[in-house]
Amino acid sequence: MRGEGTLRLRLRLWPPILLAGWLVASLAQATRADERTIVTKGEYLARAGDCIACHTNPGGALFAGGRAMATPFGTIYTSNITPDPTSGIGSWTADDFYATMHAGRFPDGGLIYPAMPFGSYTKVTREDSDAIFAFLRSVPPVRQPNRPYDLRFPFNNRQLILGWRTLFFQEGEYQLNPNKSAEWNRGAYLVEGLGHCAMCHTPINALGGSSESQAFEGGLIPMQNWYAPSLTSNKEAGLGEWSIEEIVDLLRNGVSQRGAVYGPMAEVTFNSLQHLNDADVRAMAVYLKSLDQGSPLAAEVSGIPAPESSLLMSFGQTVYATHCANCHATDGRGMPPDYPPLASNPSIQMQSAVNPIRMVLNGGFPPGTAGNPMPYGMPPFAQTLSDDEVAAVVTYIRAAWGNRGSPVSSRQANELRAAPLD
Amino acid sequence: MPSRTRDNRRKPGTLSCALSCGARWTGLAIVLLGLVLWLAAVGSAQPTERAPDTMEARLLACAACHGRQGEGTKNDYFPRLAGKPAGYLMNQLVAFRDARRRYPPMNYLLEYLPNPYLQKMADYFAALRPTAVPQPVAEVSQAVLARGRSLVSEGDAAHGVPPCSGCHGPKLTGMEPAIPGLVGLHASYISAQLGAFRYGTRTAAEPDCMQLVAASLTESDVTAVAAWLASLPIPPDPSPLPKGMLPMPLACGSEPN
Repeated sequence: MRGEGTLRLRLRLWPPILLAGWLVASLAQATRADERTIVTKGEYLARAGDCIACHTNPGGALFAGGRAMATPFGTIYTSNITPDPTSGIGSWTADDFYATMHAGRFPDGGLIYPAMPFGSYTKVTREDSDAIFAFLRSVPPVRQPNRPYDLRFPFNNRQLILGWRTLFFQEGEYQLNPNKSAEWNRGAYLVEGLGHCAMCHTPINALGGSSESQAFEGGLIPMQNWYAPSLTSNKEAGLGEWSIEEIVDLLRNGVSQRGAVYGPMAEVTFNSLQHLNDADVRAMAVYLKSLDQGSPLAAEVSGIPAPESSLLMSFGQTVYATHCANCHATDGRGMPPDYPPLASNPSIQMQSAVNPIRMVLNGGFPPGTAGNPMPYGMPPFAQTLSDDEVAAVVTYIRAAWGNRGSPVSSRQANELRAAPLD
Repeated sequence: MPSRTRDNRRKPGTLSCALSCGARWTGLAIVLLGLVLWLAAVGSAQPTERAPDTMEARLLACAACHGRQGEGTKNDYFPRLAGKPAGYLMNQLVAFRDARRRYPPMNYLLEYLPNPYLQKMADYFAALRPTAVPQPVAEVSQAVLARGRSLVSEGDAAHGVPPCSGCHGPKLTGMEPAIPGLVGLHASYISAQLGAFRYGTRTAAEPDCMQLVAASLTESDVTAVAAWLASLPIPPDPSPLPKGMLPMPLACGSEPN
């Protein structure tokens, strides 16, 4: 009897035990599933922030850093952000990570050089920062100690960053603009925050700072010798006249009916933008289009006398007919999106002629993306054309077909032959 | 008389006709104008034709230096590509993209291109068989040429140099999948590559056999080998040997046996 009772008791206990076990197991499973969701979200956001571009050395281990970043103040080597406990960020907490993103400070309170775009990342929400951190914790740890920076005096003194921060750093998460749509706000959050577009598309002053008042007005990217066009002026890459579809195509596929990405922007499309979802790229396009300030097309002031520039034009037309018209067409309309149009292409007519000169000298492929897996390439002409021919043909494409760019001198062409290609 | 009737009707003699005929013409004009505008709109929406959907049209960027059909150009340092094994070409494309083989203009062009596209490029150039471009003859003495010939076909056992033909084939047209042909290249290009192997600016998968070979050559050996190879005509069939045809004297990471 007794035994029977014990058995009955045991039997009666079983369901709750099983239930509790099931609950614990399913809770653990749910936690694991949540973690996976957060890691996946973090991976996506890390793409949006293009962390890989700086924190992975070409041919090196993922996120192990060590990439040399040339700056006007010396060379900075990017940090190892794998979860290795000694050389990476394995011993960091989510608070530590948020402090670097949001406040530009290392866990010990030390100041981070603004080569890390914390001026933009400060706008990232705590939730998104935590997701990125969870993702970075999930990548394989790599033991690779950070390389000391090679900065010139006085820039090797980190205390100088305090001055820089006072002038140029405004800490704070993105604030929703209640007068704009949710889509516009999402676009602004991505462009101003993780996308850190201002790092190139806002003029950089002699102190290496970019000012809020000139946000997205374009500028020459230091050391790289590429010009990042203004996003606010129709005359440059202002997108007021573009359709949302065209902007989305350009950002995500790398090519559009209006033109293609090249130079440093090819990297951004390749590593970051092509991986974003439809809604986010579209939101960025909506926001970017709204930045247009409807700037009027003012005639360019040129340092080259009129007779000389008309000679350049006629010589340029000959060079164009021989080397360019086959793809870009005699009327400059190209065969978009494969061979981009040059007529009405703002990228050709910008105040700075650096980009069209470099495209002629170095050629280039748009990035190979899911939307454009086999891009058409432009041949380099550095070894075929003389400085005079480059100057003439760039002058021609900047002024033909109603384009309104200023003439280019052979000296400008010559100087850019030495521009770095990496 | 029906024709006359029609003629009469068209006569703009009466007020009613003036109005109705005018209205009809206006209507027609509106339709025509609409058609013209519609055509113009269609025209501006699709202003131009698309580029040809071919590898040739995509790879005009390569033609400037390597020739339209990958046959090479007069430039001493830009090699021919046509007919080299696809595996070899793919290895080079990936090495340039990942900067393991350093030449800034190539590193820059390939930086953001994914493997499947690079493989298509490699396959494309490997399959081309353009007419050979005549090559400049290196101005070296007969003795130097003889030394080059001997190194290429027999090697220099005393100094641990295997013959080029041991891996690159008796006709020096290479071997599938990844050993390149050595004919149809300029002397300057060959000596530059041997130098790059030796100094580590050009590297291949480990074991990097060409680095070992290049390191065992003297400066004058390099000149001799380059001059002799550049003096050889491209054979009528420049296709590489099938995979595994030759027992290779060295282990090479790029050509696993």
